[in-house]
Amino acid sequence: MAVTDYLREQFMPHIWCPGCGHGIVLNSLVRAVEQIGLEKNDVVMVSGIGCSARMAGYLDFHTMHTLHGRALAFATGAKMGNPRLKVIVPMGDGDALAIGGNHFIHAARRNMDLTAIVMNNNIYGMTGGQFSPATPKNRYATTAPYGTIDEPFDVVKVATAAGASFVARSTTYHVNELIKLIREGIEHPGFSVIEILDQCPTYYGRKNLSGSAVDMLKHFKENSVKIGKGTGAPGEIEIGVFVKEVRPEYCDKYESLVKEVQGGKK
Amino acid sequence: MKKKLKFNRDWCKGCGICVEFCPKNVLELDDELKIYAPRSGDCIFCKMCELRCPDIAIQIIETQEESDEEK
Ligand SMILES: Cc1ncc(C[n+]2csc(CCOP(=O)(O)OP(=O)(O)O)c2C)c(N)n1
Ligand code: SF4
Ligand code: SF4
Ligand code: SF4
Repeated sequence: MAVTDYLREQFMPHIWCPGCGHGIVLNSLVRAVEQIGLEKNDVVMVSGIGCSARMAGYLDFHTMHTLHGRALAFATGAKMGNPRLKVIVPMGDGDALAIGGNHFIHAARRNMDLTAIVMNNNIYGMTGGQFSPATPKNRYATTAPYGTIDEPFDVVKVATAAGASFVARSTTYHVNELIKLIREGIEHPGFSVIEILDQCPTYYGRKNLSGSAVDMLKHFKENSVKIGKGTGAPGEIEIGVFVKEVRPEYCDKYESLVKEVQGGKK
Repeated sequence: MKKKLKFNRDWCKGCGICVEFCPKNVLELDDELKIYAPRSGDCIFCKMCELRCPDIAIQIIETQEESDEEK
């Protein structure tokens, strides 16, 4: 299928700003789905609220655009209802880690076969550039005019500690790798988290004088290292697969339990 | 079969990502900040512009036209 066959073309061009990384994530995600050979009817996309969450509107899968931070809760319901479906959840860093932090850790702990795509642009884009739990220390935001004093979350570490069975990181510069990681995440039979460092030139870029979208991509290119190949220098971005382990999946466990309990009644 | 760059000018937002990262310097933005390919003969169809475009405005398509060698 052509890439545009996965789009709801009547809503294009999309609403995202020129150079916004969310469009690159959408582009890569469609290619990953196409490579796996999934039918549009096999995929459910569930999103919350945020610029990132708008993705669900542009893709011609089964889609739900739900509440800020709660997409994983709705996704859990959809997957439980029909475990055969592939459920993909695009989330902003605020959506996933601030208001949705609780849902995020518990979804990871449960190991249900969902694919969480954390589009980390280090800021709240939609609401005007407030700092998020993923804004690095000393960086500027509308709500941090003198630089933030908070320590940020490391998405990979949070996901790993909470029990996600597939955890990876890439950037919007590294598109070939990104397609491969999204594909691996969708195919992994458990809770997958793919953190994608993603540019918001309009707010994060402007507030931090990071330049244009092109400059932000150059930054990703110049500061990324493959896992284990870095020096640990501040600002270094480690990319690759951090966790990949097949562990009992939630819907499978639930089904076995139902069989066991019903069998016991006889 | 011949490969060809196809642009969707209505979707292009002129971000310049494709222009900057093309390894063969094929692409430019015109006066309206829309994509075009003044050096299309240099294109190696590596797909990097197609994959990095945030607006899905570039596609590499195969056309029925015969390539020069086939003529
Ligand atoms: C319950 C609730 N609280 C707050 C908001 C306001 N709100 C909308 S999007 C957003 C954050 C967006 O940031 P992020 O999730 O990082 O996504 P981005 O826009 O950067 O892609 C907030 C706080 C809301 N819609 N609902
Ligand atoms: S505000 Fe930022 S995240 Fe939102 S569309 Fe614009 S560039 Fe993208
Ligand atoms: S396919 Fe490759 S060489 Fe051709 S225009 Fe795109 S980036 Fe440049
Ligand atoms: S990357 Fe896409 S939107 Fe940006 S200038 Fe090129 S064609 Fe236009």
